[in-house]
Amino acid sequence: MSNTAEIPASDERIKQTPAWRKALIRPELGGICGTIIVFVLFAIFAGDSGMFNSQGILNWSVVSAQFMIIAVGACLLMIAGEFDLSVGSMIGFAGMMIAIFSITLGWPVWQAILITFALCTAIGALNGFIVVRTGLPSFIVTLAFLFILRGFTIYLPQLIERKTIIGGIDKAAEGDWLAALFGGKILSGLFIWLGDAGLISVFERGNRAGEPVVDGIPMLIVWALALVAFGHFVLTRTKFGNWIFAAGGDAQAARYVGVPVNRVKILMFMFTAFCACVFATCQVMEFGSAGADRGLLKEFEAIIAVVIGGALLTGGYGSVIGAALGALIFGVVQQGLFFANVESSLFRVFLGVILLFAVVLNTYIRRMITGER
Amino acid sequence: MTTDHAPLIQMKNIEKHFGSVIALAGVSLEIYPGECHCLLGDNGAGKSTFIKTMSGVHKPTRGEILFEGKPMHFEDPRDAISAGIATVYQDLAMIPLMSVSRNFFMGNEPEKRFGPFKLFDHDYANRVTMEEMRSMGIALRGPDQAVGTLSGGERQTVAIARAVHFGAKVLILDEPTSALGVRQTANVLATIDKVRKQGIAVVFITHNVRHAMAVGDRFTVLNRGKTLGTAQRGQITPDELQDLMAGGQEMVALEGSLGGTV
Repeated sequence: MSNTAEIPASDERIKQTPAWRKALIRPELGGICGTIIVFVLFAIFAGDSGMFNSQGILNWSVVSAQFMIIAVGACLLMIAGEFDLSVGSMIGFAGMMIAIFSITLGWPVWQAILITFALCTAIGALNGFIVVRTGLPSFIVTLAFLFILRGFTIYLPQLIERKTIIGGIDKAAEGDWLAALFGGKILSGLFIWLGDAGLISVFERGNRAGEPVVDGIPMLIVWALALVAFGHFVLTRTKFGNWIFAAGGDAQAARYVGVPVNRVKILMFMFTAFCACVFATCQVMEFGSAGADRGLLKEFEAIIAVVIGGALLTGGYGSVIGAALGALIFGVVQQGLFFANVESSLFRVFLGVILLFAVVLNTYIRRMITGER
Repeated sequence: MTTDHAPLIQMKNIEKHFGSVIALAGVSLEIYPGECHCLLGDNGAGKSTFIKTMSGVHKPTRGEILFEGKPMHFEDPRDAISAGIATVYQDLAMIPLMSVSRNFFMGNEPEKRFGPFKLFDHDYANRVTMEEMRSMGIALRGPDQAVGTLSGGERQTVAIARAVHFGAKVLILDEPTSALGVRQTANVLATIDKVRKQGIAVVFITHNVRHAMAVGDRFTVLNRGKTLGTAQRGQITPDELQDLMAGGQEMVALEGSLGGTV
C-alpha cells in the first residue's frame, strides 16, 4: 500500500460536486462578490464623474495598490496564525529612517533605503522571535511595537532636526537608481502614444500641453502587483506555502510532522515588515518627505482587507488574491465616495459594515468546508 | 506472534524526571517488527511521557534507547521520524482546514522543478493521496476535500496511512480510539491490523482493555511510572488486565500469569 505507482486519476466513487458549490467554497468568494458590487454601484452613481477616465482610474488604483502592498504581508502572516499591529507604525518609522539617513546623515538615498529595509525586517524578526519564544499572543507583542516604533518616529526627528516632518528627499533622490525603483513610473512611452492616439486625455494648455495627463504607471502599482503575484505563488504553489497553512492551522500538529513552525512564523513577520517598508519607501519618494504621523491605522486597514479577502482571523485559511481584492474594494470605495460627492467620513461607516459582513460570510464558508455544524 | 527475531526498539530502564517529579522510574520495553504492542495504564501512569521519549519529544533522564540494536539519541521528533518512528497523536493528527492531500504531505511535500523554482507537486500529491485513501477504505470526494469533513476515525486512518507511506517502521498511536464511536473504533482497529501485517511494529496506547484485546499481541501495563509487567496474548484475561491498570493490587496473584516477563 505504500506503492506510489501510477494509478488512474479518476474514481467512480467521487461524487461530482456542483460547480456553484465548488465556486462558493473558496476564500476569495467574498472579495469577488464585493468587487463586482462595488464596481457596479460606482458605475451607476459615479459613472460620469470622471472616476473611470485615465486620471480617475489612476487615482483609485494608487490608493488600492497602497492597501494591497500591506495586505499581502498581513495576509500571509494571518494565514500563518499571527497578527502584526505594528504595520502602521512601521510605515512611519521606515519613512522617517530613510529621511534621517539620507537628509540628516547625508547618505546616498540607495544606501539609506537598503539600511532601512535591513533595519525594519530585523525588527519584524524581533517581533516574530518574541512571539514564538514567549508564546504570547502576537496581538500583545506587536501592540507594544506599535507604540515603541511610533514613539521613536516622533522623538527622533524632534531630537535631531527639531521638527516632525523631514523634507527634501525628492531632491536627494534625483538620479538615484534605487529610489527610481520606488518613486518612478513605467510605460511612459505607451501613455504618450495613447495620448497622441486620443485614447486618453492630454493637457490642453500650459507648458505640458499635448502630454498625457497620466504619463505612466507608478512603481507603487508595479510593487503591489508583483507582491500579490509573489505571495499567491508562494502560498499555493510551493512547499513553504503548505508550511504557512500548517503553521496557522495547528502549530503543534505541524511541528509533530517536522514543519519548522517557528521559522515560518518569524519569516512571515519579516515579510510583513518588508511590505510595510515598501509602502513607506514609495510614499516617501512620492511626497518627497517623511512625517511622524504617516501610516496611522494602516495595520487595521490591512487586516480588514485581508478579512474581506476571506482569511480567517484564527489562521490556517485565506488567499492572497482575496486580500488583493479586499484592498481593491477599499481603494475604489474610498476614492469613489469622493467622486460620487458623498461625505468621506462615511467611508469609515462602510469599513465597519463590510468588515462585519465579511466575517459572518467567512464563518459560514468555513463551516461548509470543515463540515462543522 | 513470535518473538524469536531481533527487537526493533529496546527501551532500557528509561527514567524521566521533570524537576522533582519522577514521571518514569525505570521502564523497560522491547518492540518487535509486526507486533501490536499495547501500552496500558491509567491517567498519570506515564504512558504519554514514555511514548514521547520514544518519539524524540523528551530526552530520557537516564536509560538507553536501542533502535535496531544501535543506541539512539533523538534530539527532536524529526530525528525519530527519519529513523522510522512515527507518532499519531489523538487530536493533533491532522489540520481540519487543509485538504487531505495537503495534510498527507505536510512536512514531506513532493516537489517538481519549474524553471528556477521548485513547486509543490500537487498532481503527484493528489494522485498518491487518492490511492492511499482507497487502499485504506476511505472514499474521498476528492483530494482537495478538507480534513474537517472527515470523521474522527477517518482522520486517524489518514494519519496512519501517512506514517506508513513515509516509511515508518514503528508506528506509535496515542489513544487513537478514545474519542471515537463504536464503528469508527472498529475501522481504526482494522487499520492497525492491516499495518501490523505489513511488518510494521505498532505501539498502541489506550486505557480501554477491550480495544487492546482486539488487536494486541503483547500488553504492557504502566503504573506510577513503572512497568507492572508485559504479557503475551492468551496469557492474560481482560479482567486481569483491568485490575493491573487499576493499580496493581492483584499483582501478586497475577505474577504467574505474566509468565515471568516482568
